[in-house]
Amino acid sequence: MVNLSDRGVKKSVDWKLVGAYLLLVLIGWVNIYASIHSGGPASIFDFNFNCGRQFIWILSSIALAAIILFVINPRIWESIAVPAYLFVLILLVAVIFLGIEVKGSRSWFEFGPVRFQPAEISKISTSLLLATLMSQANYKISRAKDLFLTLLVIGIPMVIILAESEAGSALVYISFIFVLYREGLSGWWLFCIGMAILLFVLTLTVSPLVSAIVLAGTVAVSHVFHSRRIDKWFPINLSVVVVFSLLPWILRQLSKIWDAAGTVDPLYVFAGIVLCAVPYFIFKGYKNRNSFLPLSAVAIVAGLALIFSTDFLFDNVLQEHQRKRIEVLLGMKDDPTGVGYNVNQSMIAIGSGGFTGKGFLNGTQTTFGFVPEQSTDFIFCTVGEEWGFLGSALVIFLYVFMIWRIIHNAERSREAFTRIYGYCVASCIFMHLFINIGMTIGLVPVIGIPLPFLSYGGSSLWAFTILLFISIALFRQEKKYY
Amino acid sequence: MKDKRSYKLIIGLGVVAAILLGKLFYIQIIDNKYKINASNNSMVYDIIYPTRGVIYDRNGKIIVGNKVAYDIMVTPREVKPFDTLMLADALGIRPDLIREKMAEYARNRRKIGYQSVVFLKQVPPETYMRFGELQYNFPGFRGQVRSIRDYPVDAGGNLLGYVSEVDQSFIEAHEGEYRPGDYAGKTGIEAAREKDLKGEKGYHIYLRNSKNQIEQRYKDGLMDKEAVPGRDIVTTIDADLQQYGQSLMQNKVGSLVAIEPKTGEILSLVSSPGIHVDMLANIGQHYDEISRDPYKPMFNRAVQAPYPPGSVFKLVNGLIGLQEGTLRPEMAYPCSNGYHFGSHTLGCHTHRSPLVLEEAVMMSCNSYFCYVLRNVLENKKYKDIAESLDRWNDYVQSFGFGHKLGSDFPAELGGTLPTSKYYNKIYGKGGWKFTTIISISIGQGEVGVTPLQIANFCATVANRGWYRIPHIIKASEGVKIDPKYYEKQYTMVDTLQFKKVIKGMWRAVNSGYGVGATASIAAVPGLDICGKTGTAQNPRGADNSVFICFAPENDPKIAVAAYIENAGFGATWAAPIASLLVEKYLQGEISEERKYLENRILQANLMSGVKID
Repeated sequence: MVNLSDRGVKKSVDWKLVGAYLLLVLIGWVNIYASIHSGGPASIFDFNFNCGRQFIWILSSIALAAIILFVINPRIWESIAVPAYLFVLILLVAVIFLGIEVKGSRSWFEFGPVRFQPAEISKISTSLLLATLMSQANYKISRAKDLFLTLLVIGIPMVIILAESEAGSALVYISFIFVLYREGLSGWWLFCIGMAILLFVLTLTVSPLVSAIVLAGTVAVSHVFHSRRIDKWFPINLSVVVVFSLLPWILRQLSKIWDAAGTVDPLYVFAGIVLCAVPYFIFKGYKNRNSFLPLSAVAIVAGLALIFSTDFLFDNVLQEHQRKRIEVLLGMKDDPTGVGYNVNQSMIAIGSGGFTGKGFLNGTQTTFGFVPEQSTDFIFCTVGEEWGFLGSALVIFLYVFMIWRIIHNAERSREAFTRIYGYCVASCIFMHLFINIGMTIGLVPVIGIPLPFLSYGGSSLWAFTILLFISIALFRQEKKYY
Repeated sequence: MKDKRSYKLIIGLGVVAAILLGKLFYIQIIDNKYKINASNNSMVYDIIYPTRGVIYDRNGKIIVGNKVAYDIMVTPREVKPFDTLMLADALGIRPDLIREKMAEYARNRRKIGYQSVVFLKQVPPETYMRFGELQYNFPGFRGQVRSIRDYPVDAGGNLLGYVSEVDQSFIEAHEGEYRPGDYAGKTGIEAAREKDLKGEKGYHIYLRNSKNQIEQRYKDGLMDKEAVPGRDIVTTIDADLQQYGQSLMQNKVGSLVAIEPKTGEILSLVSSPGIHVDMLANIGQHYDEISRDPYKPMFNRAVQAPYPPGSVFKLVNGLIGLQEGTLRPEMAYPCSNGYHFGSHTLGCHTHRSPLVLEEAVMMSCNSYFCYVLRNVLENKKYKDIAESLDRWNDYVQSFGFGHKLGSDFPAELGGTLPTSKYYNKIYGKGGWKFTTIISISIGQGEVGVTPLQIANFCATVANRGWYRIPHIIKASEGVKIDPKYYEKQYTMVDTLQFKKVIKGMWRAVNSGYGVGATASIAAVPGLDICGKTGTAQNPRGADNSVFICFAPENDPKIAVAAYIENAGFGATWAAPIASLLVEKYLQGEISEERKYLENRILQANLMSGVKID
């Protein structure tokens, strides 16, 4: 049925990647056992507890991996991409009406004892379709139509998942921007998204004015890089930025002569000047055929709009619990018993691990239930507490190795489909890794997404196994036949 | 170009990994904060609650003590499935309550973690014994000793005050002093002396291992803190007298206040209807019932209710007249069933006329005191009635009226006393004259005083011109009282003037029946009681019955004010009640001849006459 003759299993399969996968799954299983150990499971195989059930999930995942690797023809993935994508979209919508409610979001199906989250497999179907679409021979990301189509493929499941109140899972889709970047999307996009996040945070934590000055300064500096005429642009732009930064001071001085000046918000003066300047820049850019000038004017307007709407976004678009988590993370509110509780306890657990950790089963923080969700979203706490910095670094190293290896294989593949799919897998794992570990050590707000391969949960483990092993199978195919 | 991008992405991956590792390195190796917090997490603080201070009466009798009760605690994480009915039966509660509580813990399980929470409060020892025998059936449940208040005598709920668990607003109002689960005095003496009574909590620290077993004392108990019991408090209250006063005031609405004139010590302070001490120990259960009571037992009438003083206020006006020189004791004024002005009359009862001061006090002539106040207010010494009224106000204030006395009793109020400003506001400047405000001559109208102020006034008369601020806490070992309670507060009226008024008060009680004296019913042979009746109009129903008296005349040991709402003439109810209290205090018991009076008072129920909302 399957032809294994070509180069042989030994050489064609990337065993290093499989090894990293097996190690991570094993580490996860051991730590799930440790995290509930005080509750008293008789052994790590006790099926009444998460650790025993996770054993079943692991066995079935390995079986699944073997089937994907050795039984299914990798060619099939490209051909089922469209129907699979549509089918998962239907599941994503259906779960809103038919699913059960878990912690305020309707994103789980329940079949008897088994629960599963369509959002998990949607990552796979979206990756497959993305790879199919972008590997078309006439696809060009710089073409507006193609880019729009690509963003649609990413955006539709993302919006539906947002509607399920699973903001965390939706956030993972942002990582596909890296795939687009690799495939030729302008680096300015990454830059703009980064800037938008920076402005949002600055506006909330420092002040809208500072945020506006940073915006102006960034645009001015970009100007310099773009025009490469430092001598001319730099003095002009720099002086404008300096004047803007001194606006509050100037207004204060003015108010001594003219009372009304004291009541003027510097931000509005700034906005007024900018809005006057925009038509001029657009006009000048049009005349000089310099596309950068109008673009930067648009960027400034968009940035200002973001600054002005930040409070609105923050107060009205975000949900109460998300708002609180961001407030706590940004240090706007100190709340160690309420929203900050999770982060605080998880940092205590990890921080108390020290260099070598307290040893297997000797953690006091994770096993007492100080850390919530300790076998799912906060599994990394157990690693940090019982295995210390060494264990944590090992886990992070394994992930980095895995991601690097996937990118490495992807770059070597001859087929665009394989390459793009590989990048999708790497991006997803990267995003989960960054958000999950970031939240346990207080770098990222608490966003409930699992740590791939480690966190307890069948639906998550299965989904990541399938996601990863499709790419391993694709890589194998490349090695086998070329 | 694309290959370059893959390098950039891998570099980005490396940077993010470095950030994660850097932060991990910081919190795991550099910053010690988390290790300290972790040991805090694994330390178990076993809180030891102090016993509250005991409250004694002036003779060393315990009026508030402590007894043992048990809080049933539960650690929800340790609970195994158990027989709900058996536990309900052991604790004497509904099985539903247990199910509700367990469901609540299940909902909050993340917040609770491995902590213990109070399952049932203040279980009596008998119930705890029953529970203790069956405790092995309910892993996760245990009892914690807690001392609660015990009341050997009924000294009145309003006076003693209650102790209850602190709520969120209370914790915030006393920042850093209380934690949830603590108890604090909320009213009465318990609140006034909370700082002394509460004591200090202690704790034992234990360490637990990763299996949540308690392993050992943290640093062998070095860091433990023992609880410091609350300080005992000695009050000025006479427990027997207080109890007797309570029984006299039973089924009546009003107040009965007794003060030792020389010291200003409050001997008894009854506000009726009050809160029975049986309810105090478990105020939480009875709170609704008490606050729904139309007679408002929580309202401490003795220190908060502003009443019109009625005729007892004539003494104040008389003394002011004497001091101002507008009244001389031998002056006689006519009375023909009242004081007539224009087409109006301020009525009086029928008695012989004219009267001199002493007789006017004895017979409580309204007309006479209209003349007295008129002469005070129309004194040519002052520019107009506004100035003389403000002068009058100063005088009255010096008797302790119109402002808070400054007693150590919480929630004391100051009553009301009119000024020229006040009348100008109502009638316009120059728009009022003596006849406009004539009712204050006889203690009606805009004058509002608390029973404590009336009693203090009585003590002032007994002392012939000074008082010490009434107070309820005596200095004792470790408990100091404000030095202001030792200072004499002088009135603006000379000692000499008081004699003439006191003679009238003596005659009001001791002239015997048939000569027009108003308070013969209060006479006790050999006690030389001096008194003054009052019948204050109450816009809501029948008149209030008022009486003040002190005894003995020449060496006053007790001054009493009785104020009974809607009870009619002062002589009918207030005078007997006050005189019985005096007799009990000075003689220890009620004489045979006055037993009938005592019975009449004890059995009387005047509640039906009281108008309620």
